[in-house]
Amino acid sequence: MAWVGLAISVQTFPVLAQTPGHPPDTMEARVEACTPCHGKQGEGTSDVYFPRLAGKPAGYLYNQLLAFKNGRRKYPPMNYLLEYLGDPYLQDMAEYFAEQRPPLPAPAPSDASKEVLQQGQSLVSRGDPVRQIPACGSCHGPGLTGMEPGIPGLLGLRPNYVSAQLGAWRYGTRTAKAPDCMQQVAARLTEADVTAVAAYLATRPAPIVIAPAPKGAYVLPFACGSEPD
Amino acid sequence: MLSRAQVLGLLFSLLAGCAYGQQQNSPSDIVKRGEYLARAGDCIACHTAPEGRIFAGGRAMPTPFGTLYSSNITPDRDTGIGKWTTEDFYKAMHTGRFPDGGLMYPAMPFASYTKVTQADSAAIFAYLKSIAPVSQKNREHDLRFPYSNRQLILGWRTLFFSEGEYKPDPSKSAEWNRGAYLVEGLGHCGMCHSPINALGGTSQSDAFKGGLIPMQNWYAPSLTSNREAGLGDWSLKDIADLLKTGVSARGVVYGPMAEVVHNSLQYLTDEDTNAMAVYLKSIAEPASRPPTTSATLPTTESSLLVSLGKTVYDARCASCHGAQGEGKPPHWPPLANNQSIEMESAVNAIRMVLNGGYPPGTEGNPRPYGMPPFAGLLSDNEVAAVVSYIRTAWGNRGAPVSAREANELRSAPLN
Ligand code: HEC
Ligand code: HEC
Ligand code: HEC
Ligand code: HEC
Ligand code: HEC
Repeated sequence: MAWVGLAISVQTFPVLAQTPGHPPDTMEARVEACTPCHGKQGEGTSDVYFPRLAGKPAGYLYNQLLAFKNGRRKYPPMNYLLEYLGDPYLQDMAEYFAEQRPPLPAPAPSDASKEVLQQGQSLVSRGDPVRQIPACGSCHGPGLTGMEPGIPGLLGLRPNYVSAQLGAWRYGTRTAKAPDCMQQVAARLTEADVTAVAAYLATRPAPIVIAPAPKGAYVLPFACGSEPD
Repeated sequence: MLSRAQVLGLLFSLLAGCAYGQQQNSPSDIVKRGEYLARAGDCIACHTAPEGRIFAGGRAMPTPFGTLYSSNITPDRDTGIGKWTTEDFYKAMHTGRFPDGGLMYPAMPFASYTKVTQADSAAIFAYLKSIAPVSQKNREHDLRFPYSNRQLILGWRTLFFSEGEYKPDPSKSAEWNRGAYLVEGLGHCGMCHSPINALGGTSQSDAFKGGLIPMQNWYAPSLTSNREAGLGDWSLKDIADLLKTGVSARGVVYGPMAEVVHNSLQYLTDEDTNAMAVYLKSIAEPASRPPTTSATLPTTESSLLVSLGKTVYDARCASCHGAQGEGKPPHWPPLANNQSIEMESAVNAIRMVLNGGYPPGTEGNPRPYGMPPFAGLLSDNEVAAVVSYIRTAWGNRGAPVSAREANELRSAPLN
């Protein structure tokens, strides 16, 4: 099929020259279908279930787009949008949102009790060795900004979204590349743990550096398929 | 200077020339040709499950009668078609019968594939025999009584099936006949683009007259009426662009048609694409009905709708589709003078506003532009208003739609 490419490269130039107006040849214009839900720069919107995308590692975002395209992660409006797009294009979209750096939202006041927030803080920064739950920060980074290429930051997400995702792992409707370490973590959490970490994460202020740590910056407590070494 | 069409034509005849030069009928050439023909028949769309092995079947196909599961057509001897002969395979394609004489459900498009020549069928079989066998048992269909009884298929066949290879029309060009062969046969375009009656059949005389696809709730427009997707007044280039890349100066594909372009049509040679374009243009009949300006809603209600529609349009749509509906073709399609918006069924326009979409990524358009879904942003009334507006503004001659129609389509399945 190599010659098809040739024919097309001969073809495109005059088309550009002929058409009166052309949409801007940018990713920004190409992802306008995404921004009503995710925000112009991927900063998120007022809908508490629509996640921020900006600044998450491109590898992580790409894995999610592939999972939606193939139906492994389910949200019908997105499954439908991505169904017939090529993988290299999904990579371009992932990179576009990974490069955006809108500021993190100010931490929202939480109506969770002090005890709940404390339990959340404890799980996030220390884990629970008795129940073999590693600290969330041991993978998501001490500043919770994630690590290239496959581990997302956990800041700027609303409690409803975080609870829904942890729930999805526990019930098997969200899966990641094997070994699915996040599934192993989520399976050990109780409903109350989930509420606590979700509430606590939402109260965290933005760190000075919001970019994810470079690949290999720290060692994970156990192997993750999304973060090959 | 040569026009673009001439440059392309030259290029293709050169390339086609060398392709033909090499075409001996060695076994590997037959396999290659079979692979190409399997693309043209879009076997993959039904016979491969999401994230499943290629051609191992198991894809669920919801129908009004229950769910069918496609078959494993890899050459595995126990679970696939490894024991079939070339004759068995031709019989399946041509007559819709299994090797033991049993009747196939017409969800396998044998009613179209019957037009495929014996030589082409043999090539497809040779290709299927060449791929890796996958051991995966066929899943039982899950059909409600009485549809689970295959004897019922006999009745369907009597009414809707006429067996027979494509017969070239000697009064038409070789190109036209090639296009007809692909559209009526392997392309099985009629399977969606014909009205489906209560028995799940499409009759010969209604072929290509358009229909609502059951379960999916997308409307596959008529390919014969210029008031729907009849392509009588499209240029051959625009038709070929649409089929090959998914976008064109006149319109774009979406929904089930995006699947067809993505998995099948984009892989056809330019010769075959052009042949289909020639044929499709020729079958369009001039509009027979008077324009449907007769609004189905009381006029005061509809004029209120339309003025709300303009407000919504200017705020939400004009940035891409243009203040006058001119769009920025081919990527942001024009809405003015666009048949697929004006046609009697407003299902597709309403669904596009609710669900948005991307045309398929193709070799000719690998990074398509998209449209956002408005289901969460607009009320039923606003959806109805903006659809009524685009169907009637700028000289468009469609009829307004009601908020109830918009509401009903909110629950249409997305995939
Ligand atoms: C109708 C709203 C909507 C639209 C449009 C939409 N998304 Fe999403 N997106 C969501 C929701 C809701 C989720 C979370 C789904 C879940 O619960 O798993 C999500 C999740 C994601 C994720 C995973 C985020 C993470 O941190 O795990 C990515 C990446 C993403 N979307 C990218 C896109 C891109 C790219 C587009 C445009 C092609 C798009 N989305 C269009 C609503 C939308
Ligand atoms: C062993 C490493 C590891 C540990 C420990 C861990 N995570 Fe994760 N987490 C991951 C990986 C890897 C992903 C990305 C999975 C994927 O590719 O979908 C992830 C994803 C997530 C997501 C999805 C983010 C989004 O934007 O959708 C949430 C939420 C999350 N983790 C929360 C937690 C919480 C809360 C804890 C502590 C209780 C925790 N994680 C502990 C590795 C870990
Ligand atoms: C629109 C969906 C669809 C398409 C397209 C399609 N098939 Fe099928 N096919 C089916 C279904 C459904 C069955 C099962 C029929 C039954 O059980 O009666 C089937 C059955 C078969 C069988 C019988 C297998 C067995 O083990 O019994 C063969 C062979 C076959 N298809 C070949 C093909 C080839 C070759 C193509 C492409 C040229 C193709 N099909 C395209 C839906 C499809
Ligand atoms: C799986 C069902 C299905 C099959 C098979 C199918 N179509 Fe379509 N087609 C649709 C639907 C639904 C639409 C309306 C959506 C759209 O306009 O893209 C459509 C639209 C079209 C349009 C109008 C596009 C426009 O912009 O006005 C053309 C032309 C067309 N199809 C040609 C074909 C041809 C030729 C074939 C066979 C090679 C074919 N279709 C096979 C479902 C199908
Ligand atoms: C960001 C740009 C953008 C915006 C905003 C937008 N559209 Fe679209 N529209 C598109 C693209 C791109 C397509 C092709 C989508 C596809 O093929 O799946 C499209 C397709 C359509 C179609 C189908 C056209 C056809 O040929 O059948 C209709 C109808 C439509 N849009 C109406 C609207 C309306 C009404 C609005 C406002 C409520 C709107 N659009 C807003 C970009 C946009």
